[in-house]
Amino acid sequence: MTHVFLGMPAAGQGNLHASEPFPQAAHHELGNTQLRANLRHATHTIRDKRLKVVGELPDWEELRDAGEAIKNFSMATLEQRLEEFERNFTAAGGTIHWARDAAEANEIVTALIREQQVAEVVKVKSMATQEIGLNEHLEAQGIDAYETDLAELIVQLGHDKPSHILVPAIHRNRTEVRDIFLREMPEVDPELTDDPPRLAEAARRHLRKKFLTAKVAISGANFALADTGTLGVVESEGNGRMCLTLPETLITVMGIEKVLPSWRDLEVFMQLLPRSSTGERMNPYSSLWTGVTPGDGPQNVHLILLDNGRTRALSDRVARSALNCIRCSACMNVCPVYERTGGHAYGSTYPGPIGAILSPLLTGIEAEENNSLPYASSLCGACYEACPVKINIPEILVHLRAEDVDSRRGQARLPSQMDLLMKGGSWALGSGKHLGLLEKALPLGQLAAGRRKKIKKLPGIAAGWTASRDIPAPPSKSFRDQWNAEKRSQ
Amino acid sequence: MRIALFATCIVDAMYPDTAHATVKILRRLGHEVIFPENQACCGQMHINSGYMPEALPVVENHISAFDTEGYDVAVAPSGSCVASVRHQHGFLADRLGRPDLKERAARVGARTYELSQLLTDVLGITDAAAELGSYFPQSITYHPSCHGMRSLKLEDRQLNLLKSVAGITVNELPEADQCCGFGGTFSIKNSEVSSAMLEDKVKNICSTNASLCAGGDASCLMHIGGGLSRSGAKPTTLHLANILASTKDEVFLP
Amino acid sequence: MRAKEEILGRIRCALGDGPIPAEIPRAYRTGSLLPDDEVIELLVDRLVDYKAGVLVLDAAQAPQAVAEILHAARTVVYPQGLDTQLLGALPETVELIADGRQRQLSVAELDQADAVITSSAVSIAESGTIILDGSADQGRRAISLVPDHHLCVVPASTIVQLLPEAMERLTITRPLTWISGPSATSDIELERVEGVHGPRTLDVLILRDA
Ligand code: SF4
Repeated sequence: MTHVFLGMPAAGQGNLHASEPFPQAAHHELGNTQLRANLRHATHTIRDKRLKVVGELPDWEELRDAGEAIKNFSMATLEQRLEEFERNFTAAGGTIHWARDAAEANEIVTALIREQQVAEVVKVKSMATQEIGLNEHLEAQGIDAYETDLAELIVQLGHDKPSHILVPAIHRNRTEVRDIFLREMPEVDPELTDDPPRLAEAARRHLRKKFLTAKVAISGANFALADTGTLGVVESEGNGRMCLTLPETLITVMGIEKVLPSWRDLEVFMQLLPRSSTGERMNPYSSLWTGVTPGDGPQNVHLILLDNGRTRALSDRVARSALNCIRCSACMNVCPVYERTGGHAYGSTYPGPIGAILSPLLTGIEAEENNSLPYASSLCGACYEACPVKINIPEILVHLRAEDVDSRRGQARLPSQMDLLMKGGSWALGSGKHLGLLEKALPLGQLAAGRRKKIKKLPGIAAGWTASRDIPAPPSKSFRDQWNAEKRSQ
Repeated sequence: MRIALFATCIVDAMYPDTAHATVKILRRLGHEVIFPENQACCGQMHINSGYMPEALPVVENHISAFDTEGYDVAVAPSGSCVASVRHQHGFLADRLGRPDLKERAARVGARTYELSQLLTDVLGITDAAAELGSYFPQSITYHPSCHGMRSLKLEDRQLNLLKSVAGITVNELPEADQCCGFGGTFSIKNSEVSSAMLEDKVKNICSTNASLCAGGDASCLMHIGGGLSRSGAKPTTLHLANILASTKDEVFLP
Repeated sequence: MRAKEEILGRIRCALGDGPIPAEIPRAYRTGSLLPDDEVIELLVDRLVDYKAGVLVLDAAQAPQAVAEILHAARTVVYPQGLDTQLLGALPETVELIADGRQRQLSVAELDQADAVITSSAVSIAESGTIILDGSADQGRRAISLVPDHHLCVVPASTIVQLLPEAMERLTITRPLTWISGPSATSDIELERVEGVHGPRTLDVLILRDA
């Protein structure tokens, strides 16, 4: 039996796991040509938009430096920041709840909804509630949660799973969206076309009454400002404003890492976030609220501060900067792996490069198949280059690969082919003499390549390579040998 | 100047021509080239695969081969190996709690250059035809490898050198900044995703109608070349050192 | 409060290596260098890009412009504290309804209104952003949200070029709404489409000081 000590960082639970190894999951997705076409179109569109608006700012790099440092500061002083935030938010009439994990957060939200004696709530897109599986939990409790963000609505009506943190329905094209609406919206005009403005209008009509009559709304938050006790939500459609303004009760679920030291820090993040995420100079709407404002908006305001593995990630000295993420999605939009597999292959709420590090950091590398995620990258570095808070994702991926390899060292098992390759490689490449000795066997490779001067098939783990690539015939002599021969002849 | 050649393991074993070409270019500029004999590999395959203790002897070997007074600067015909020497060796030393190694790694890293970086930043070469006598009468396209582009921030150094070669035609590669899908053991562990990336790279290269694709990293070029060859496409791949070393008197024939 | 103590304990344990937060470099731009008329031009350019309607006028011309913009509306909501001179040229046929402390309109009433006219607190030219802070001339958040057409008045003196300049003028603890164009979405194939749940029409009247 393992003992849990009070105050020991614990693993997160909920929708954070890959349930099959990434290469297998990727195999299914790669076979879906429609999906690949949709993803290619969407990611390339957003890349160009992002580059254009980022290029407009002469001080983009300075903003990134500030953003990184502010986040590092918050993480290094997280305890003080959270206590300060709680004091200010509470003084302004809000109520704070703390949740150690997904189950605890779900219970708190359920109890708060029950207090209002309602059986339905409206929701504005939130990664935290997706992570803890709130909708599934509420459904089991007999409470209907209506997603109001267009992409979330497409996912919910399509009985689908989100595949992107900003545009959860990125894997769907306009025709697929129209088909879902025609099937699932009883009141919809049967003549609905796949013209995006018409689709947006259909969503407006579908949700209008819900917004105007909802008693309880659930949201996430993009920022919490410690020194004023202010929360902020950044959005586009106005569904956020509807949820944050019209109902009497507002319940927000937010990870503890979202807290910023000062209200002034907004001037950095409100420049970094919209440009990095939707590629706009500013998103259409942002709302900021500090507890309760008498006569304006919800008068019953709650915030649930969620750990769910975040302290576990925080305890990793090399990787804790993963918590600096502001969920802009730039890293997945530029990722060549994400572009080809889509978000579902990552299994977790958090896909793409950030997901490949965050999911195993929150759950522990040994959880289910999460140890396959850090390998889902060619380490090309496009994510690091795009990240507005400069999270060195490639370095953290490598670090987590090492955690994975080390975690398997203790186990009683036969060494894998990769283990053997690396062990042998360590000897061969650990000295010029060893490598030189090995290079004496190069003519054998020439033999294998034969007259075509190509190796077309290799056994074992290298078979994956030769499935789509030839290997050239090696030379008869290494450079080292040629150099030495030249020197001797002088 | 006394320049130490770090051939890199893949060039040493698979592409000795590229190492010879590097030596030729530097000698042509009047520099002395040495080859520290105990060199083998930068260790990035081990590091990138997460095998840190196994990487240690490889990295230690590189550092002891190059942490000497016997040369002014070191050069490697590879962006990713130089990026590893400059950034990963310190990371590894940190991780394994070896401050002594970290210090030595920093010393070696600070004077190890990628070929185009050395030529442009240290030796001040801007016109390969005029200053190196480079001549290469073929149409090429160019793939900038990720580590050179992003870790070393080489920007247009390699491309500008190639463009200044006499006789050459450089066709622009669409989506040039996209990874070719190599990624070391990524191409084995996630070979299908890697192949999908490679497929697009091959398509883009073929669309340029160039007779070959040049680059600065032998490993990526081997990967791309393997894809081109398997798909039956005409273009091949070639390291930029071979192109820069090619002259009117001695035209390099791929 | 066990959960709180436990989470804070976990944080202390996680930070056992004692990371030292570095100085925060703030080398980004904080002060504008553009002359006032160029700042206004920039704001207009950005708002037009968002597909908002924009007019730049002298304050004296405002009532006429309001009347023209709202000519088709039957009911128009305005916050109690709005300068009612702005409404002076509207024809009798337009029903004007004030929302304020004395009488708060219900959501259903707001939904019946054709348009809303408010003032604004601060605007940021570089990003095309208008900020409402709930002051008496802007009203509570619901009124600028539910009607489908929002006419927003922006006094030229409230326009700044850069976001950091705007921060200095804001009281962050007021309920703030930042508006950059009419409601929009990029959720279908990541292409921007205007007009979803928020007002689908945004008109902006930039008023030069008298
Ligand atoms: S890791 Fe960086 S780029 Fe990726 S979502 Fe987070 S903040 Fe954005």
